[in-house]
Amino acid sequence: MEFMDITEYIQLVFTDYTLRTITLGTAILGAVTGMLGSFAVLRKQSLLGDAISHAALPGIAIAFLITGAKDSNTLLLGALVSGLIGTFWIRGIVTKTHLKSDTALGLILSLFFGFGMLLLTFIQKQPNANQAGLDKYLFGQAATLVESDVWIMAIVTGVCLLVMLLFWKEFKILLFDEDYTKTLGFNTKFIDILITTFIVLAIVLGLQTVGVVLMSAMLLAPAAAARQWTNSLGVMVFLAAIFGALSGVFGTAISASQNNLSTGPVIVLVASVFVVVSFIFSPSRGILFKHIRFVQNRNDLQLHKTLAFMYHIAETHEDISHPHTIKILNNFRGYTRSSLKKLEDKGYIIIKGNMWSLTDHGFETASNLYNQQHRTDE
Amino acid sequence: MSKIAVKVDDLTVAYNYKPVLWDIDLEIPEGVLMAIVGPNGAGKSTLIKSILGILKPIAGSVSIYGKPYDKQRPLVAYVPQKGSVDWDFPTTALDVVMMGTYGSLGWIKRPGQKEKKAALEALEKVGMLAFKGRQISQLSGGQQQRIFLARALVQNASIYFMDEPFQGVDASTEIAIINILKSLRKAGKTVIVVHHDLQTVPEYFDWVTFLNVKKIATGPVRDIFNDDNLTKTYGINYKVSIQE
Repeated sequence: MEFMDITEYIQLVFTDYTLRTITLGTAILGAVTGMLGSFAVLRKQSLLGDAISHAALPGIAIAFLITGAKDSNTLLLGALVSGLIGTFWIRGIVTKTHLKSDTALGLILSLFFGFGMLLLTFIQKQPNANQAGLDKYLFGQAATLVESDVWIMAIVTGVCLLVMLLFWKEFKILLFDEDYTKTLGFNTKFIDILITTFIVLAIVLGLQTVGVVLMSAMLLAPAAAARQWTNSLGVMVFLAAIFGALSGVFGTAISASQNNLSTGPVIVLVASVFVVVSFIFSPSRGILFKHIRFVQNRNDLQLHKTLAFMYHIAETHEDISHPHTIKILNNFRGYTRSSLKKLEDKGYIIIKGNMWSLTDHGFETASNLYNQQHRTDE
Repeated sequence: MSKIAVKVDDLTVAYNYKPVLWDIDLEIPEGVLMAIVGPNGAGKSTLIKSILGILKPIAGSVSIYGKPYDKQRPLVAYVPQKGSVDWDFPTTALDVVMMGTYGSLGWIKRPGQKEKKAALEALEKVGMLAFKGRQISQLSGGQQQRIFLARALVQNASIYFMDEPFQGVDASTEIAIINILKSLRKAGKTVIVVHHDLQTVPEYFDWVTFLNVKKIATGPVRDIFNDDNLTKTYGINYKVSIQE
């Protein structure tokens, strides 16, 4: 977008009803899914969101078949019910059988999604003019958001925030150490159901905008990105909410400026950009800085090895600054012209012609190098 | 020995029809430092977990000082195996130790200055005060174990259950931990430890329980820690020389 376009666009967000509704809706949705997604990611239940959103599809179809209504509230109520049923079946399978949770998730996901698709094709074959448009829940259609949808999203997000602040300590300890939480006398089942219910609610709210297929990315991407930047749970949840909201705002902007792009997938792609940038550029966990630190450490070690070698030679002389020929270092292959230059820059050695001599500072540093080595070995 | 701190009656636990613990009766007197020993798969961790209500037994009951465990929770602290949690969780050492205060706080109430002070004291006791702000993934295995121990110390309980606290820690941490356990016993607390290293049993503990699905024997180390019980428990002709 050109500069002019951006200011025009921002003006449009505040004046155009549809654009304002969609922007607000996707921002709130991104914030609440980012927040709750942090919990899902830390519980290693990343796939739970995927299973829940797919499990919601038959609920939408059945709600339509029973009521014949097509307003989002009725259909999403159906989605909520079948999403919850799917979730409790997953829990049931894990506790009652000895299948692992990834198997249970995959099973419920494909079973419910298959059934949902079956119902959708059945509905489409019916001679009812009203049936068109149910398939928008597959990939979402943000353009259908109306003000009341945004209000519902805002209310659910508010309640979710309140509950999270209230039970913050309980959520945190359950996420970290469930067995220990039990021994302290907390009802872990209650905390678990509380978290899961909110995750289901957030997913159902997002179906209209992002759709069944891509919904889990809204849960995971902001949380995965946020984890890279912080070592505090509170900051992580906060950042995930911000990343989610920004994905919503930017995703809407990009899709609005390019007429044919559907909003849901663009939002998910923007969220993925946050993930990629975070994976690369995070100072403590990012790939880039990890590599830079690795190279730095390797270079430092090389310098220290050269210095240590010089120290051993100088040690045998009364005068530690006695000059030696550079050739003597040929026995030790770890030096280069540039590493000698670096040692000189640091004031460890002095180079005159093809002779080097250790400075007092260099001698001291080298002997400390050894002491430190010994200390960390202990 | 005076009072009975922990009493287990007819405890039976099964995974998938296969009994893991079979009809365990156990009385642990107050003030002992007890090791639970037995081969892999003997049900040592399972015993602790079912006493603490983490696992549901098929049958049996547990009482703490004569009352059901549910009513006596504040008297009991648990140190899980350090491998049972994800240490990449975004939190600090101090924060983990603070979790030990959550039980007495109850629902919703947040830890305050008093709880923070207690947590700092516990960190000091395990020699980890300097690491209070450290992200937990950057702690060594021994340091993580000390953090778990500190978290239990904060609970200020009467009975401590510990699941392999010496697993994967170096010699200096092992000594530090056993010194803390001995000082707990000196203070009249009861400490129950799942333990693997038979060599150190006579040196560290005064009470021992041999377990292999069934309870083989329980009592003072000097009376029952002998080749006979070891052979019964481990199924091979086990010889240890116990210093007289």
